[in-house]
Amino acid sequence: MADTVNTTLDPQLNRRGFLKGITMAAAALGMSDAVIPKMVEAAASGERPRVIWLHFQECTGCTESLLRSSHPDLARLILDIISLDYHETVMAAAGHQAEHNLHDTVQNHPFILVVEGAIPTKENGIHCMIAGKTAMEILAEVAPKASAIIAIGTCATYGGVQAAAPNPTGAVGVQELVDKPVVNISGCPPNPVSFLGTILHYLTFNRLPELDKLGRPKFAYGRRIHDHCERRAHFDEGRFVEQFGDEFHKLGYCLYKVGCKGPETFSNCPAVRFNDVDVWPVSVGHGCIGCTEPNFWDTMTPFYERLPQVKIPGTGIVADADSIGKKVIGVTAAAVGVHAAVGIGKGLIKGKGGSDEA
Amino acid sequence: MAQRITIDPVTRIEGHLRVDVEVDGGEVTKAWSSGQMYRGLENILKGRDPRDAWLFVQRICGVCTTVHAMASVRSVENALGLEIPLNAQLVRNMVQSIHCLHDHIVHFYALSALDWVDVVSALDADPVATAKLADSLSDWHGNSPKRFAAVKDKVKTLVASGQLGPFANAYWGHEAMKLPPEANLMAVSHYLEALDYQRKATQALAIIGGKNPHVQNLSVGGVTTNLFSENQTAVTMERLYYIKQLVEEVRDFIKMVYMTDVVAVGALYKDWLPYGAGVTNYMAAPDMFLDAAGTKADLPGGTIFDGDLSTIKPINTIADQYFIDNVQESIAKAWYDGDWSKHPWESSTDPKFTEFEDDGKYTWLKAPRFQGKPMQVGPLAQMVVGYAQGHERTVKAVDACLSRISAVAGVQVGPEILHGTIGRHAARAVRAGMMADLALEHWDHLVNNLASGDYEIFNPPVFPKGEQRGVGVHEAPRGLLSHWIVIQDGKIKNYQAVVPSTWNAGPRDAEGQLGPYEASLMGNPIADPERPLEVLRTIHSFDPCIACAVHMLDPEGKEMVKVKAL
Repeated sequence: MADTVNTTLDPQLNRRGFLKGITMAAAALGMSDAVIPKMVEAAASGERPRVIWLHFQECTGCTESLLRSSHPDLARLILDIISLDYHETVMAAAGHQAEHNLHDTVQNHPFILVVEGAIPTKENGIHCMIAGKTAMEILAEVAPKASAIIAIGTCATYGGVQAAAPNPTGAVGVQELVDKPVVNISGCPPNPVSFLGTILHYLTFNRLPELDKLGRPKFAYGRRIHDHCERRAHFDEGRFVEQFGDEFHKLGYCLYKVGCKGPETFSNCPAVRFNDVDVWPVSVGHGCIGCTEPNFWDTMTPFYERLPQVKIPGTGIVADADSIGKKVIGVTAAAVGVHAAVGIGKGLIKGKGGSDEA
Repeated sequence: MAQRITIDPVTRIEGHLRVDVEVDGGEVTKAWSSGQMYRGLENILKGRDPRDAWLFVQRICGVCTTVHAMASVRSVENALGLEIPLNAQLVRNMVQSIHCLHDHIVHFYALSALDWVDVVSALDADPVATAKLADSLSDWHGNSPKRFAAVKDKVKTLVASGQLGPFANAYWGHEAMKLPPEANLMAVSHYLEALDYQRKATQALAIIGGKNPHVQNLSVGGVTTNLFSENQTAVTMERLYYIKQLVEEVRDFIKMVYMTDVVAVGALYKDWLPYGAGVTNYMAAPDMFLDAAGTKADLPGGTIFDGDLSTIKPINTIADQYFIDNVQESIAKAWYDGDWSKHPWESSTDPKFTEFEDDGKYTWLKAPRFQGKPMQVGPLAQMVVGYAQGHERTVKAVDACLSRISAVAGVQVGPEILHGTIGRHAARAVRAGMMADLALEHWDHLVNNLASGDYEIFNPPVFPKGEQRGVGVHEAPRGLLSHWIVIQDGKIKNYQAVVPSTWNAGPRDAEGQLGPYEASLMGNPIADPERPLEVLRTIHSFDPCIACAVHMLDPEGKEMVKVKAL
């Protein structure tokens, strides 16, 4: 057990492990080795930066994802790098003890806000309440005072599964309700590398990483799944799996015809892979479901039908891939209702945003 | 004088749960369990492709990250009468059992240990004496004076920093905290080690699942995990042996650390053994099937009423008629339209919020009933059901745990202590050990089947015209889970998930019968109503998962009274 003791606790090896983590994160950010000492200094100096982590309409999968992170691992993250002042799944205090911790940090300290889960806006937000307040009210109290806001997961970024048609609760992502920059770490759940890379970037440079037009850090969401997929050569040569378990599936051919959404999905999955065991869904024979894209529950389904309009075999997929946002089918009526509800929510949050009594 | 206590949010659980209790004479006399969130996934599924359902409902919960997926594909396969290949059954069993290892470890350490373990008290511990205590309990190689000294330093540094983070303002020094400093330091050290071992379990799971949480290797008709070892894109023998090694490491942690800590908590808190029983009707599903048809299982299922082992009635198959015929959901006290009690195939989920009414509707959770009775589900139910059937693996493991608690406590205890708060933890630890053994046994079955030349993983589903009904039953880490689907012309017509935390956290029904959480709180001691630690102990022992159970709150956003004299 020497390794566990040391990687967690021994100052020398701890530092080595920590440096490894920083290096990995720096690689994910596309930075050179020269920047590492600065990152270490930023991450290790003085008072640990405070983080408030709010849960709304969610499944805790994003938190669970962080539990799987190895660099830094959760113990190092919360004992050495940040001060996780409020996080319902992890914190020891409950009830009004927990509420006290939240309000103390919000009122008295700078903090980074992380939101996991969507915010229901229908019927004034009654579909998710904590300590007697709606998710909308809590966001209105906390978000205006945050020094940075990170939405983790496809629920907090774009509404996620509960926002799928007909979106019964009017669920939306944080950016719909907040008039500040929001970093969107999309994915269901996202790879912890993408989240940690963003946090460490912020701690180092005191600014958010460069974002794409959907608010996602370019270091993690700048390329299509398709661009780095190990099965890409099969796509280009027109070799496809026709059915799971068939001869072509056994040989690792392209999964496009059994529904892979890789050609229209922007994410680092094939590059950074998951759980430190060199896997991702395509490596176990299942297509990408497009989980980093807004509204993928409606635009990417049925999951086992091929994407329309992608030319096969060949390379001219760019034009079709860009049309993804226009493929929403059958959600127009629901969307109108949701937008109306969001209007109410925005008014609420703007109204309360600057006030200290919120 | 009676006092009303509201705990909202209940933390260290999945999801949004509010618990209200009335305390009189230092003990709980009334209780209400209220789920505080509704998402409407059942309604989102209507009209969609049944093959997609598992990916949607998997997002019911990222803690129970495999279980809804499993129940969902089973429900569609049951509706179609579609058998899956043996390899697919065995791969699913690996997913089930390995996920369970992760889940139970995280539950005990990250989600419930701090109800019993005083982190601050660990500062008073002598690392050498701690190592001596730990050595007396197990041969775990992590129990060295050096490690305990390092952990103590870590706690000291944290406290000195003034930034306690997630450990701030909790129940340190509470009079219900009874462990000596050395036991606290040992437990804090294991709390940190547990973070490493839960991760190993998820790595093993990811090798066959593609990632974790939310594995992506299932499909209606089987699995997508390519097992054809002649190709480098497959999960080859090297990968399978990697899984085995990781599972063996996790198994050792469970048997030498997790089980030992549960025994220590049980024995050192023996005053707590009588508390927290509540509903003693139990129900478990058979699972870890050994055949493609789902008729032979390594985990036994069945029902028991009133804690009487002689009432055992087995549930034997993947879609057992005794189970299917007797499930109903009541919405008498839940925020849904109406006050009916219906079979899940006929059930609906149409929200209608009113208020938190003590004698009326007060939660988004429905109240599932079996033959009209509330049932407790979960590892405890599974152990009791197996024990009552004389299931060899269960009897052996439960008896071993009980004799260890007896030895440390210095009093002889029998299976009766399982009915309670600590019993639930003991049963979960026993189950974790059993699942580790089973993961390795089913690994053997899988490898042997591959060695015979069988690489089949998938039978394609075909959706006929007309209506089909199916049920998918699964024994999840939190207990019996069932998904109920009605398919019309290849599209989902109705979908209902009846989940473990709904069975346990559900409200009263039309007859006023309490749900298991509520019943289990009756008579719990409360030393300090301002810091109701004891309520958390009993609620956490169920391992609540409210996103699963789901469904809210007070539209006026009224000021919530935390502790109120009545």
